[in-house]
Amino acid sequence: MIPAKFDYVRPSSVDEAVRALASGGDDAKAIAGGQSLLPLLRLRLSYPERLVDLGGLADLRGVRDAGDALEIGALTTHYELTRDPLIRRHCGLLAEAAAMIADPAVRHRGTLGGALAHGDPAGDLPAVITALDATLVARGPSGSRAITPADFFADYLTTTLAPGEILASVRVPKLDGWGYRYEKFHVTAQAWAIVGVAAVARRANGHVAEARVGLTNMGSVPVRARAAEAAASGAEASAAALAAAAAQADEGTSPPSDLRAAADYRRHLARVLTGRALAAAAGVS
Amino acid sequence: MTATETAAREVGKARTRKEDARLITGQTNWTDNITLPGLTYVAFLRSPQAHARITGVDVSAAKTAPGVIAAFSGADFAAEQGSLPCAWPVTEDIVMPEHPPMAVDTVRYAGEIVAAVVARDRYAAADALELIDVSYEPLDPVLDMEAALRPDSPKVHEAGNKSYTWTLTNGDLEAAFRDAPIVLERTYRQQRLIPSAMEPRAVVCAPVAGEYTVWSATQIPHILRVMLALVTGIPEQQIRVIAPDVGGGFGSKLQVTAEEVLALLIARKLGRPVKWTESRSEGNVAVHHGRDQIQRIRIAAESDGRLRALDVDLLADMGAYLMLVTPGVPLLGAFMYNAIYKMDAYRFNCTGVFTTKTPTDAYRGAGRPEATYAIEHIMDDLAAELGVDPLEVRERNWIKHEEFPYTTIAGLTYDSGNYEAATATAKELFHYEELRNEQSERARSSAPVRLGIGVSTFTEMCGLAPSRVLGSLLYAAGGWESASIRMLATGKVEVVTGSSAHGQGHETAWSQIAADELGVPFEDIRVLHGDTQVSPRGMDTYGSRSLVVGGTALVQACGKVREKARIVAASMLEVSPEDLEWADGRWSVRGDPDQGKTIGEIAFAAFAAHDLPEGVEPSLDSDATYDPDNFSFPHGTHLCAVEVDTETGAVRIRSYVAVDDVGVVVNPQIVEGQVHGGIVQGIAQALYEEAAYDSSGNLVTTTLADYLVPSAADVPPLVTARTTTPSTLNPLGVKGVGEAGTIASTPAVVNAIVDALRPLGVTDVPMPCTPERIWRAIQEASGGAR
Amino acid sequence: MKITVNVDGVRYDDDVEPRLLLVHYLRDQAGRTGTPIGCDTSNCGACTVLMNGVSVKSCSVLAVQADGAEITTIQGLGNGALHPLQEAFHEEHALQCGYCTPGMIMAATDLLRDNPHPTEEQVRDGLEGNLCRCTGYQNIVRAVLKAADRVEAAEAAEVTA
Repeated sequence: MIPAKFDYVRPSSVDEAVRALASGGDDAKAIAGGQSLLPLLRLRLSYPERLVDLGGLADLRGVRDAGDALEIGALTTHYELTRDPLIRRHCGLLAEAAAMIADPAVRHRGTLGGALAHGDPAGDLPAVITALDATLVARGPSGSRAITPADFFADYLTTTLAPGEILASVRVPKLDGWGYRYEKFHVTAQAWAIVGVAAVARRANGHVAEARVGLTNMGSVPVRARAAEAAASGAEASAAALAAAAAQADEGTSPPSDLRAAADYRRHLARVLTGRALAAAAGVS
Repeated sequence: MTATETAAREVGKARTRKEDARLITGQTNWTDNITLPGLTYVAFLRSPQAHARITGVDVSAAKTAPGVIAAFSGADFAAEQGSLPCAWPVTEDIVMPEHPPMAVDTVRYAGEIVAAVVARDRYAAADALELIDVSYEPLDPVLDMEAALRPDSPKVHEAGNKSYTWTLTNGDLEAAFRDAPIVLERTYRQQRLIPSAMEPRAVVCAPVAGEYTVWSATQIPHILRVMLALVTGIPEQQIRVIAPDVGGGFGSKLQVTAEEVLALLIARKLGRPVKWTESRSEGNVAVHHGRDQIQRIRIAAESDGRLRALDVDLLADMGAYLMLVTPGVPLLGAFMYNAIYKMDAYRFNCTGVFTTKTPTDAYRGAGRPEATYAIEHIMDDLAAELGVDPLEVRERNWIKHEEFPYTTIAGLTYDSGNYEAATATAKELFHYEELRNEQSERARSSAPVRLGIGVSTFTEMCGLAPSRVLGSLLYAAGGWESASIRMLATGKVEVVTGSSAHGQGHETAWSQIAADELGVPFEDIRVLHGDTQVSPRGMDTYGSRSLVVGGTALVQACGKVREKARIVAASMLEVSPEDLEWADGRWSVRGDPDQGKTIGEIAFAAFAAHDLPEGVEPSLDSDATYDPDNFSFPHGTHLCAVEVDTETGAVRIRSYVAVDDVGVVVNPQIVEGQVHGGIVQGIAQALYEEAAYDSSGNLVTTTLADYLVPSAADVPPLVTARTTTPSTLNPLGVKGVGEAGTIASTPAVVNAIVDALRPLGVTDVPMPCTPERIWRAIQEASGGAR
Repeated sequence: MKITVNVDGVRYDDDVEPRLLLVHYLRDQAGRTGTPIGCDTSNCGACTVLMNGVSVKSCSVLAVQADGAEITTIQGLGNGALHPLQEAFHEEHALQCGYCTPGMIMAATDLLRDNPHPTEEQVRDGLEGNLCRCTGYQNIVRAVLKAADRVEAAEAAEVTA
């Protein structure tokens, strides 16, 4: 209920933030919206000695049109993701998925950067970023670094951000003309996804020309369903054909068995929901 | 005798509530809001072990931590803390172990209190808890009731894991089952639930020179006062208990808790006021849990579905200790398995079993939802067996409208009811025939989403309870209720009730009743409750009892006021009392109505006392304590339509219709609200909730992130309607409604799910019917072919 | 750490521990006990307040993060008169025990800011972060829809006035 004591700094520049985190090492944690971190602190599941509040870093806000991609500041809130006109136009999957995170009050505080740096494979945005082949840009003591999702998410609640590094922005390729769908399967509205499927598909001549699928909660990190992607590419844009392609969606995954669901059910869901997500992304009604 | 010859003016009105003024503006007085000069804060350390011997508790580091005033272990309270009470030892030979508020040498559930810290603020108290060192010698947990009853099981208590066995039989069961054309046997599981009232519990205790004021988020201030006196030895008249604003109970605050006793003892020891406030994750392990039964049900029936007999065998999980009414909860259901149906023989057998889990106790419905679930589920199975419509099978068995009053095989006499009318109304609102037609049409296709229709026809026994019946069941207290009317000099009225509302709107509904009974405006009445110094007598609020029992006490008290007023009025008007008649708040001369006095004028005359007749006291104030002769029996028919996605197991409730008969309605808005809330809790049991334990005996669902209480997005809009069959048992004609929605809805939803899946070979889905369980039931039925 | 927070129109200057939760600051230090606490995992929403105009769960904000912010609690909503949501909750019996009510009303206020003409489904989705154990939500949804109509009518009246 009540967090353990910690020191708190609120730097006014990214460099200051990096220094505060680097000097704190493992005992320092960054906080932005706090929607993932504060519940952990309140349950005393985590004991950072220093919190470095990134909330004052104007540099990390904003969505910029960068030509063939959008550069989204790490401090962009989930709410802003759902409303930003550039994101809605060029990367609707992100807006759609962000709208399904938790609830409105949490979305007002939670941030893109925070959700990704938290590294929970049951969170929605890691799978979305993975499906989008986005690039995560970190800033740290040795400067700036571009990281692919596969290189970023290392393990359950573990990213490859080094001590002192913060996520500064996410670069998302524009997917104009692609269809998309985030299928989030959960028992109640507030519950985390048992399984989630982030799908984008480019359609040509009644077929799926290209598809990308990211899976939520099918392993200790978000997973690309590459076998299903390959099967979907070139498949007819029909529910049946895409369901067949999705039969391989769980290949290469290692879903957990937990309170919410057993692994075999998760595999089954991943297959069914990937078929549905691909169909929706391919514009099949 | 009811008040007026003219039609009631307030009873029946959808009056908006007096309670709201403070609740919608945040001017509330929750227990946690209370501050006192010098207040200190208590935090409790709880066992992480389900079953262990405590080999050492070292509080020395905590004692010297910043801001800490004191730190305690069980040894500090062993001599004075006594045992938390169980007021319902259901059999003479019941095993009822000692239940120390703070564990001394053994812990028997994860969450049991083992130490306490008192500090100047809650943050310091939380920090100091982590400095307490407790060493445990783990013992084997006992988590499965069937295993617990085997001779080789580890023992939760020295005397063994069986607390009691209780049986009720009537009729020749053996004969009924012999050669019965149809015999069905089923085993159902009532999962363990966490009541999850939105207000976490809190206690404040202020000691002043041997007098103790205890504020507690409780449903039972009067009972708590008596129990605190008995447990601690502090004289009852030196204890004042106040239930301030209380944020929901549902039975979870019908309890005498370790925290309340310890707060009192700590305040006494330190001579300082103390406050304890629960966190949600603490409450999930520490507040008593609900339900948790294994139910073996057998019915014997004729070939047309008429029931011959019902045989019920229960294992009921007590948890680690017997708390206030723990062993009695399943017994309340004993009288309800036969439900609305006629039959020739009935047997109910219940074994209470100890496990190393949080103790169970009353949770909305307390034994009756469990019973209704079992009988309504097996009635649907019977209908399927016969190939007959589920409503038709029920109608063949239920008590007909003209047969009331009717004494059931379980020995209760239902006063009135009209199952036909409720069912007919429900069918119409639900478009029952159309939905069945749609269902048959869709059954021909192989579309993955299937339509299911669930039926639940229920009655319940509430208005707890006739004291002699409670006595015969070995419950320690009575079931009466009390009301006092104070007629103020200016003509206004104070109603002091022994009920203790925590959301039920008694301040409003009691004002409506008193307004009619006394002919006084609704606005001129104030209802006082919840403080043992203000309301000296009461049996508090639970079991859908307050309107039936407390409302009747109120009517009776008002009647006494009117009669006292008659005597004074006769004197004022210089006529004889027999010459007066009462109408609209006035005693007037029969045949000469202009000659009269209002109750306010009479009250003032009594107050001034200048001219009262010989021997008449200068006060109209009266009270009444009413003990009911019988339970009350609301009933209803609930219908639920679900769409089940057989590919994922996802369920969507497509429509839900509830027709309830709660007798006469005092405030339709309040009644409807109770039905809505009750239905949603029952839906939540059917679909979402379960208190889950791991194999070490730790509760896994310790937060609202894991224990899924639904939001508005998770439940459907509800269609509710009423039929009105007045009770013949009390002057208001009311039956109570607080638990009815919950009792009815769980089987309606589960029956609908099973109905959707029966064509696939599914005959049951264990609750909560999560998508995974539904999917698995389909897989198992089809041999995994899908 | 020194913070300045405006709560319900009043400025507070305080020195607080970094770990102090905003909801504890509001209740214990600013004396705004109208905002309750219902859980420890930001699920129940009883603690919802407005921070710089948008809804937040005050149990999941540190008081130091509210430095310089404007907070509106249930006690600051009416400005002397009842807000249309408070009125509608009362008329529609959208509360029983009242514990979830402050957070529910504040969340609904934000919902109507974001979407002045919600459908029933949008109201239910918009309140997914606020749990109620008493009402079954039916009357809460009715109340929010009623309040939306009233706010719309009041604004229309202003326009034509």
